[in-house]
Amino acid sequence: MSAPVDIASGICLLLGAFFCLVGAVGLLRMPDFYTRMHAASVLETLGAGFILLGLLLQAGFTLIAAKLLLMGLLIFFASPTASHALARAALLRGVAPKLASPEARSSKL
Amino acid sequence: MLVAATLALLVTLALALLRAALGPTVFDRLQAANSIGTVAMLLLAVFGFLHGRPDFLDLALVYGLLNIIGVIAVLKFFRQGDLGAAGEEGR
Repeated sequence: MSAPVDIASGICLLLGAFFCLVGAVGLLRMPDFYTRMHAASVLETLGAGFILLGLLLQAGFTLIAAKLLLMGLLIFFASPTASHALARAALLRGVAPKLASPEARSSKL
Repeated sequence: MLVAATLALLVTLALALLRAALGPTVFDRLQAANSIGTVAMLLLAVFGFLHGRPDFLDLALVYGLLNIIGVIAVLKFFRQGDLGAAGEEGR
């Protein structure tokens, strides 16, 4: 395997690892359910995308690359579906979003 | 790089597990479970490459499919209290 591809793959893997960590820290630290969902979506789009791209660069044109693409497609379709269903279910069950206090909002306007 | 990615994914897994244990509502736990599923999928793929055995990718694919089905099914149960309920049109 040529060196530039290796370097690109390493950069993609590191970026993916970084975004996964950011998403996980957000999942732990964000104040309410909907903001936590926002953090988790970082993990599922950028984190997963960059890691799969890095592995794809290492795989070359093989069956492994096809499987990686299939995994990417699965995440691409499944995670927004799950997020949508989660947000809808939480809203229906009365989990209220945490909003700014009225005086803070009026001072902004 | 593969080692670094594996370690980062393990830390991610631990943090998501912490959120699943702490989460005040059941939806927080479900969101954490969904993230854990995604991260486990990625971890299987990266670990397979790390050991030079990319056969693990098949396991990762099956894991991803089970993850989405599991989340939707548990979600339906907690939203309507019944797995056989007939959707939201009547609500």
